[in-house]
Amino acid sequence: MTDTMQELNLSNLITACADTIAAHADELTALDQAIGDGDHGLNMKRGFEALRTDAAQLGARPLPDALKAIGTKLVMTVGGASGPLFGTFFMGLGKELPAEPDRAAFNAAFARAVDAVAARGKSLPGQKTMLDVLYPVAEALASGAPAVEIVTAADKAAEATVPLKATRGRASFLGDRSIGHMDAGARSSALLIRAVAEAFGGKA
Amino acid sequence: MSNVGIVIVSHSPLVAEGTADMVRQMVGDEVPLAWCGGNSEGGLGTQVGSIMDAIEEAWSDAGVAILVDLGGAETNSEMAIEMIGEPRSGKIVICNAPVVEGAVMAATEASGGATLKQVVATAQELSPA
Repeated sequence: MTDTMQELNLSNLITACADTIAAHADELTALDQAIGDGDHGLNMKRGFEALRTDAAQLGARPLPDALKAIGTKLVMTVGGASGPLFGTFFMGLGKELPAEPDRAAFNAAFARAVDAVAARGKSLPGQKTMLDVLYPVAEALASGAPAVEIVTAADKAAEATVPLKATRGRASFLGDRSIGHMDAGARSSALLIRAVAEAFGGKA
Repeated sequence: MSNVGIVIVSHSPLVAEGTADMVRQMVGDEVPLAWCGGNSEGGLGTQVGSIMDAIEEAWSDAGVAILVDLGGAETNSEMAIEMIGEPRSGKIVICNAPVVEGAVMAATEASGGATLKQVVATAQELSPA
């Protein structure tokens, strides 16, 4: 993966993420309206459009620095609880990644970045949050699965939040009424995983 | 000013400003006080940048106590404290207390020259253990 990551154009990757968030903003908002406060689509779009504006400049920086800058940008622009949570993920990834990561280093950094999100949200898997996608993806990465299987794992994991009862975040106020809806943060996480995996050549 | 500062963070700028008004009326100008609320489009929400600005505005060498309303306000406040960084981050505490009552109680305690620890403890007496 060393070669792939060096060949990978971070600027294009950012654009791909911003595209998928923009294309699904209404869907994310609808999911969040069902069991949250209905701002997830708009918030994520604001953050990723800010990243799109900076894409070329970010792409020119070393990967760890660029990831930290992406995280900071999301923290400052997304708002809501999602800003610090998604921001912490990218800041954590940037902090943990060596300058020229191979797949093993990437997997390890990804896993630690997910732990950082859990710490930030004081949350655990199974509480109907983005962690319910990020942890299965970390496992799929660690098992050496190809990009296409990682996308499948992310989508399945997001789908699996539907029957869960939320015990963390705004949706937890609804108790049993949160059952039957997909978590918006899980969905946006899966969308971003797909955008990144497809950029690595894993269509699914 | 050597009294502990108070920062009020609500998703609603109206709630935050109204809470600050109540604090001012009850404890006067003895306490550094700042509030923030709302997203960049003027809707409901909380923003890390605004929270950092409010902490700067209410900064005191004695420390700053933050009162928050709902989950995102707390997460964003934690992020703001982390981004302000050490050594000042060690003097900023988020109170586990209801925002309106907590702000008034914390400010009352702070106006008498109490330490940050005492201010936070007074606000948190309002929350069931």
